[in-house]
Amino acid sequence: MEKGTTSINLINCGKTFKDGTRALEKINLNIKGGETIVLLGPSGCGKTTLLRIIAGLEEPDYSGQIVFNNENVTNLQIEKRNVGMVFQSYALFPNMNVKENIGYGLKVRKIDKNKIEDRVSEMLNMMHIDELSSRKIDQLSGGQRQRVALARAIAVRPRVLLLDEPLTALDAILRDRLRVEIDSLLRSLGITTIYVTHDQSEAMALGDRIVVMSNGQISQIGTPRNIYYNPENEFVADFIGTVNRISGNNLKNLTSFEGQELLFRPEDIDIVEKKYSHLTGVVKASFFLGEKTRLIVNYNSTEQISVEGKFKEEYKIGSEIFLKINLDTLIQLPN
Amino acid sequence: MDKKTIFLVQLFFALLVCSFLVIPVFLSVLAGVTQNFFVGIKSGFTIRWIVEVLNLYTDTIYLSLLIAITCLLLTLIIGIPAAYVLARVGGRISRIIEEIIVLPVAVPGLAIALALIIIYGGFRDFRTSWYFILVGHVLYTLPFMVRSVLAVLSSFNFKELEEGAASLGASFWTRFFTIVLPNAKSGILAGSLMVFTLSIGEFNLTWMLHTPMTKTLPVGLADSYASMRLEVASAYTLIFFIMIIPLLLGMQLLSKDKN
Repeated sequence: MEKGTTSINLINCGKTFKDGTRALEKINLNIKGGETIVLLGPSGCGKTTLLRIIAGLEEPDYSGQIVFNNENVTNLQIEKRNVGMVFQSYALFPNMNVKENIGYGLKVRKIDKNKIEDRVSEMLNMMHIDELSSRKIDQLSGGQRQRVALARAIAVRPRVLLLDEPLTALDAILRDRLRVEIDSLLRSLGITTIYVTHDQSEAMALGDRIVVMSNGQISQIGTPRNIYYNPENEFVADFIGTVNRISGNNLKNLTSFEGQELLFRPEDIDIVEKKYSHLTGVVKASFFLGEKTRLIVNYNSTEQISVEGKFKEEYKIGSEIFLKINLDTLIQLPN
Repeated sequence: MDKKTIFLVQLFFALLVCSFLVIPVFLSVLAGVTQNFFVGIKSGFTIRWIVEVLNLYTDTIYLSLLIAITCLLLTLIIGIPAAYVLARVGGRISRIIEEIIVLPVAVPGLAIALALIIIYGGFRDFRTSWYFILVGHVLYTLPFMVRSVLAVLSSFNFKELEEGAASLGASFWTRFFTIVLPNAKSGILAGSLMVFTLSIGEFNLTWMLHTPMTKTLPVGLADSYASMRLEVASAYTLIFFIMIIPLLLGMQLLSKDKN
């Protein structure tokens, strides 16, 4: 692939649609060359709009600027930006077969026919879809379409790869498998990638950094670990993983937290003997997930928290358990 | 009743309906090649009437074809971009425009012809040329083209396909010719089939718009029925069939190919 990677600099990029809806507040974002950035957030948070602005499919509001390396591409149309894009519904051309789809970008660039052939077979090989080369698009399964869409986007050797919820349309097993494939593909290409998803596990697995978005704004930017362990606000804490909230007044043997609210992850509360416990709870529901058991525990008549069960142990609904919060890993929200 | 009886009854009914439709056509064709239709087949077969029609109406046949082809070209040139823009813009405005375009189908052909004559009748050269008929035909057939292209465009997400093509470096025209048009092919073919057939067979409008020098096939047919022997008119019908059926079959085959 390309030797020099492309950094992306977004300056004051906001978006107001013609009907007056504000999809994106003014955003500043710096993406390093070769980095994989995941835009994560619930639907309607502006992540797809941001991706489309980077792609050149939407124009940012006045004063917004997009800079690739040192080149201002704000007024460059998408066809001249040299970005590779994978759409949620793949947008494969039904009037062409797999080979023609993958070669389309090269053909448009008027590249020599033999070279196109070579590149296309290289792509087919890379995505392990050699045997599909002369299939029509409607003869492909979802996972195969996904691979073709990726191959088509990469074939033109874009400066930036943009993926808009590429795995959403697939079933769970295929999604996991393709996620691993995409991950190793991105690492081997070393290309700057922006990946949009609403699935936090996808974001955690693929992103060098995650940009959590809500209501058209960036809530937090950070590495997956950083975002999981040090969320900067309630939205991020709640959106990534599960978070328990408990008032310090409910805790036994602990006076230092009175009047405060404690935030912690389910894996940071242990089931212990009664004498060490901070809290007594009643198992309300138990979900066996294979590698672990997730318990929903009532600690007074109404309020509940999520707790991770001990390895291989079974919990009867209604049984009493004693809990100890790991105070070292409490989530501290600034202010 | 068992299945076989039901099948036989249905077959009988279908054949009955078919014969109801086909027998008049067959008789008409037969009349066109009979010496004297009132005497019957025993008067013998002849191609005399066909030759006579060809001698009298060759110009009409050519003119009809010329008008139909030009009409088809114009509706393609106007209709496809119109449908594309309507599909792109979407919303209420494009639905209103679509309704306006479709209006000529609902209004009787005679009324359209009258309106055309009132407005443009004063331009003598235009009035007496075949372009005058052409304008009427385009007005009348355009909605069929626009509608069928619009229908096929809304059957696939062409906006996203275009975005995909654009991201790969294709300019607007490249996208239009390599993505939009090929994927809209079935609708364009269906529309062309409609337009061509309608133009060839159009009578209401044309009858009002034509002059003795600008006659199309259906007008000529009415003419020959009114003023000549039944055999000549029938031979005329026969020629009409021979012309139009291969065209229809051909277009039908083309559109089947696509699927």
